[in-house]
Parts: sequence; C-alpha cells; structure tokens
Amino acid sequence: MISKEDVLNIASLSRIHLQDNEIDQLTKNLEDILEYIAKLEKLDVSNVEPTSHVLPIENVYREDKVNSSLGQSAALKISTENQNGSFKVPKVIE
Amino acid sequence: MDKTATKEYETVIGLEVHLQLSTESKIFCSCANKFGEDPNSLTCPVCLGLPGSLPVLNKKALEYGIKAGLALNCSINPLIKFDRKNYYYPDLPKAYQISQYDMPVASNGFLMITDEDGKPKTIRILRAHLEEDAGKLIHESTCSLVDYNRTGTPLLEIVTEPDLSSPQEAYDYLQNLKLTLQYLNVSDCDMEKGSLRCDANISIREKGVIKLGTKTELKNMNSFKAVKTALEYEVSRHKKVILAGDRITQESRLWDESKQMSFSMRSKEEAHDYRYFPEPDLVPFVVSDERISEIKASIPELPFTKLERLIKEYKITEYDARIIIQDNAISDFFEECTLHYKDFKKICNWINGSLLQELNSRKTKLAQIDLGALEFTKLIQKIDDETLSNLAAKDVLTHMIDSGKSVDEIVKEKGLSQVSNDSELEKIVEEVIADNEKVANEIKEGKESAVGFLVGQAMKRTQGKANPKKVGEIIKNKLSKSQ
Repeated sequence: MISKEDVLNIASLSRIHLQDNEIDQLTKNLEDILEYIAKLEKLDVSNVEPTSHVLPIENVYREDKVNSSLGQSAALKISTENQNGSFKVPKVIE
Repeated sequence: MDKTATKEYETVIGLEVHLQLSTESKIFCSCANKFGEDPNSLTCPVCLGLPGSLPVLNKKALEYGIKAGLALNCSINPLIKFDRKNYYYPDLPKAYQISQYDMPVASNGFLMITDEDGKPKTIRILRAHLEEDAGKLIHESTCSLVDYNRTGTPLLEIVTEPDLSSPQEAYDYLQNLKLTLQYLNVSDCDMEKGSLRCDANISIREKGVIKLGTKTELKNMNSFKAVKTALEYEVSRHKKVILAGDRITQESRLWDESKQMSFSMRSKEEAHDYRYFPEPDLVPFVVSDERISEIKASIPELPFTKLERLIKEYKITEYDARIIIQDNAISDFFEECTLHYKDFKKICNWINGSLLQELNSRKTKLAQIDLGALEFTKLIQKIDDETLSNLAAKDVLTHMIDSGKSVDEIVKEKGLSQVSNDSELEKIVEEVIADNEKVANEIKEGKESAVGFLVGQAMKRTQGKANPKKVGEIIKNKLSKSQ
C-alpha cells in the first residue's frame, strides 16, 4: 500500500512540488504500478542466478589514460550563472 | 556528589576514511585527476553528469582499490558491482554518486595498533569500497560557487568496525593506516590537500553494557590531531548530556577548528534516505584469483613487518627503526647504505639526524633529491678516517644535496678537507711557535696545559681544517725535542 505520506516523501526527495489534486492521483498511479509489478513476485526464481545487470557482460574497463577535457569556458556555457570560473548556485550550507 | 557521576563510561569509535587514489585520470572518465588547476577546466560530459554520457571504470582505480584492500588484510570480493547513492547537492551534478553498496571491492580486513597498555590490538576493517568524489563548494556571502574538477576523482572509502576505544587509539589507527597506504603508492595521503579525509562515529556507554549508545558523526577535521581533539571534545559532550539526564541525538556534527567545538549540522532526516540501487550504466566486475595474486605480488614489504625485520637484522634500536620506516624511500636508502658501510647505528644517526633535518628544512622527500646511498656512506667514512670533522661533514651533506656533486668533489672544491699531512702541519706548528715564543717556552719547561692554547692557534690559522690531534702531537714533539 502506498500512502499519501509516501508520495509526499518521494516528492520531497525528488524536489518536486505537488498540487493537492495531484497527490491523490499519483498515490493511485503508484499503487497501480506496484500492483502490476507485484506479479513478478509470484514467479519461481529459485533456479535463476541473481543479477544486477541486464547484459551478460562483465569487466568493461578503460585504461588509465588522460584525454582532453572540455575546458573551463565550454563547461561554463551550460551554467545559468557563473563567477570566477565556477558555477554559481544559491547559497547552500548543509 | 551526583550518583551518576561515579558511573564509568567507555568510548566506542569507528572511523571512515576517504582516500583519493592517485590515478592519472578520473574514475569514470578521461579527465586528468589533478589538484589545483583552474576551476572546471578538468571536466567533461561524464563528470558534469550531462544527459547521454556514460561512465567507464578506470582499470587502475580498481587495481589500487584491490591493492589497498589486500594490504589491509581484506578479502577481495570475486564479484564487484557499483550502485547509485541518490541525494541532491550542488557538488553532485548527477544528483547521485556512483558508489558501492552491497558488493564492495574489499571486506573483512584488519589493521593492528598498539593500545594504551602497549599491547597489540586488532582494529577490524568492515569494508573498503570505490566511489567518485564530489565537486568542491566555496561558500560566498550570498551564493555558493562550484568547481567540478574534483568530481570523479577516484575515492576508496575505508570503514572500520567500532573497535577503537579512545581518541588516542583513533589517532594511532590513522597514523598506521596512512603509513601502510603510503607504502602502496596508491595515494599521496595528504590531508591538507584533502586526499585523505576522515569522518568519525562516536558513542559512549556505561561500562559493562553491551548495547551501543547513540552515536554522532563528526566531520570536517583537517588533520589527525584535529580528529583526536574533536573526539575528545565529543566524548566529554556526550558525558555531560548523559549525566544531565538528557539523551544524545543521532546526528552529524561539524568540527570547528577555530572554536575547538562541534556543532550540529541540523540536516533533515531525509538526507540519509539514499535509495541505493544497482548502477545500470556499469556492468559487474569479476576479479580472478590470478589477478589478485598479481596485485598481491606488487605490494612491497609493509611498514610494521619492515620495522620488526630492521630491528632483528641490523640490531638497531626500535626508536631508530620507527623513524626509518616512516618513509619507504628512507628505509630502502638505509638498507642500501648497509651494503656499503657496516656501522648501522652510525648510518641511523646520520639518516635520522642530519639527513632528515636537511629534508625537513627543504620541505622535500628523499625521493625528490639526488643523493645516492654510496656517496652518503662515503661521507660517513670521511669522518672515520678524519678527513672531515663532524661539523664539516654536515656542511658537505648540505652541498651534496644542493649540487648533486660527489663528496670528493665538494671536499676538494671547498677546501674542507682536514689537514693531516705531516709536513704541512709541521710548517703551521713552526709558525705558531714562532709567534707565541713565551707560551712555547712555558711548555718546554713542562707546562703541558699550555699545549691546548697552541693547538687553538693552529686551528685558527687553518680555519679549523687542521687535524687537532695531530697538531697536538707535533707541538709536544717539537717542544720536547728542542729541550
């Protein structure tokens, strides 16, 4: 069961502000999704290896070689605001 | 007195160390892993977290993680995977950190320390996992500035079990950990540059109670000493709160070095809801036994094994050996010296005295200077054969390090060599006697104590280069002969 509190918690973790009418709708939607997914729980997976990835490949590395970076000005082009070569954001202190 | 005040409490500490690995490139992209460059100059779509970019693991970062894990007596997990740790903060452009949750590189290790009674104590290491560092935030008065150069620096997080029983033990653990890691050459372990950072979890409980007390997490200590002081502060804070009948709140606290106090970070509970899940952009990694053996073979003799061996093999004191093992290059240098020179105690004295002084005053390391073990032992020999006085030898060492020249070259150039040549010394003594006829006559009449005065005059005349023992002999010889 998904509660209204769960939805509000997820919204807050995701930095999403919800209107009152959206909360009930989303609670129902999430509930439906979980119910649908719950069908998987009925499958017998006792003979299936646990896996963390959909592709049957492993050990994909790169060698420790430096390649050129974007550089400061290119990087800052995607910023909404910048100052002294840095991305400028609202003041945050945890 | 309050009854509770007589209760005895014990301290329980666990440490989390974040170690920046000194790979050439970042952990998931090819940007240079470098400190002190222009802000955001070392960034790319991967470390800026731009949509559509994909991380690829740096092979060396995994190797370094395995190497450190092995040196800390951990088991290396045959199957390793990465997970996403989700949280919002401006220093984390993807809003998740690629870390490891349930299948870290290494687990169940230990590191030895010496407890307060001088007995060896095992500190268990729960796990060591790889992750990416976040960017660097600079807080201005009205905004915060973000530099993403550090984003994607490979980190190894090394987590202990809560086995440390005092701030001093925590300090010793950090010292031993740093020394061990330095021998591996996987990080420069420089706390000032932030390449080694430490958070501490601490709680207290009444003696005899098994259940752990409520813990707080201390952050923002920028030296081992600060870790110790912050823990001491926190132990007494916990005691005060508990003795006042209050309860400790589980929270993260920031250490303020200037105020010497810890302050609550007042972060919301939800901040710790990280919702880990497997990183779909990285496939799992399988480490074969062969690969583990290969990496194991690349680990040098570790400091505390070396300490015991040096004491046994060279019969040097534990005190001397402890200084020598503080730097792997120094201990190698010592052993190389022993091949050329057999008074091991004297080698220790010269390394731990003059050589370390030279290095400290230059703020450098042995590896950075041009000084061979053979030349170094030649210098010590020059004192033995009375070519150089102790003082002159120190001077020569300074010039050797400055110029990279050989002992012989410097002695010759600077004319530092002690004058031991008989005919040269005789000439000098004759001059001194001629200039100090009165004293010479006194000696002739048997006033032996005046010999020293003439020796002093001869030293003065040669600017300290005359061999004083020989000068004394010649004076006595001459003044008795002419009787």
